Amino acid sequence: MSKLRHADVEVGTEIPERTFTVRRLDLIRYAGASGDFNPIHWNERFAKSVGLPDVIAHGMFTMAQAARLITDWTGDPGAVVDYSVRFSAPVVVPDDDEGAEIAVGGTVKKKHDDGTVTVALSARSGGAKVLARSTVVVRLA
Amino acid sequence: MSYQLTGPFASQGTFQERQSVAINPDYVGREYRAPEAYEVTRVKIREFAEAVGDTAPVHTDPTAAKAAGYADVVAPPTFPVILGMAGSAQAIADPELGVDFSRVVHGDQGFHYSRPVVAGDVLDTVTRITDVKALGGNELLTLETVATDASGDHVVTAGMMLVVRGE
Repeated sequence: MSKLRHADVEVGTEIPERTFTVRRLDLIRYAGASGDFNPIHWNERFAKSVGLPDVIAHGMFTMAQAARLITDWTGDPGAVVDYSVRFSAPVVVPDDDEGAEIAVGGTVKKKHDDGTVTVALSARSGGAKVLARSTVVVRLA
Repeated sequence: MSYQLTGPFASQGTFQERQSVAINPDYVGREYRAPEAYEVTRVKIREFAEAVGDTAPVHTDPTAAKAAGYADVVAPPTFPVILGMAGSAQAIADPELGVDFSRVVHGDQGFHYSRPVVAGDVLDTVTRITDVKALGGNELLTLETVATDASGDHVVTAGMMLVVRGE
C-alpha cells in the first residue's frame, strides 16, 4: 500500500465521499468483536421500549467507517495520532436486506510542520448528520 | 430487562435495570484499574478489522505489517474502544455510581495515540471519571482510559462521554 505524502496534500484537499452499508448482521458482528452487547444495537423490542425509533448502530461502528475513509486515503492505518467524534444523531438500522447507509467525507483543514494534517470529517445517514465536530490528525509520509 | 455481558465485560456480571439516580459529581477522579493486562492478539485484531469491514492487509497479514514497518499486525484506529468500554463497564457496574446501563448512549469518543496498537502488546489500563454533569434532563459521564505497554510507556488514551438518558 503506498503512503500518501504530506507534500501532496493542501489545505482544502477533499477526500472523496464513500458510502458504507450497515445491516443488522453487521451490528451483531460488531457487538461480538467489540464486546458491546447493549441491546439497543440488536433488539428492536428493547430499543423501542427505551424510546428509540428502531435498532441503532453502535456509534463506534460509524466511527470505524470514518476511520476506514481516512486510513485508506493515507495508506497507513498506524498513522492516526488523534481522532475524535461526537455522535450527533443515531444511525437507524431497519430489519431488511438493505440496511442503512452512512456517507462519509473529509476535508483537510490544517497542515502542520511536524508532518501531520488535521482532517474534518462529515458523516450522514438517513438525511441526518450523524457525526459532528469530528476531526482526525494523521501523520503522512 | 437484564442481560449478561461477555468478552471484556464478563467480569462485570449481569446488569439489572435500575431506577435512575443522579450520578454523584464527587466521583470525578475515581479510578478503575483493569484487573489484568489486555493481551492484543492477531486473532482479535483480525476479528475487529473484519467486523468493521476494514480489509487493509496490515490488519491481518504479519508480512504486510512488517513490510509497512510494524512489529506485527496493526489494530484499526478504533480498536482501543475495547479497552475503553471494559473500563467504562467497571465504572457503570460500580453500585455507588448508580448508572442504569440500559439508558446509556454514546455521546462522543476520542483517541490520542503515542503509537499504534500492534499484536503482541500487553496493555495495562486505568479508567478515570473525568467529568459528571447534568444537561437537559440527561446526565453526561465522561471517562478516560489510559493504556500503557509492558515497558510502562503510553500507547493510547481513549476518552468517552456517555449520555445517561433521563426518564
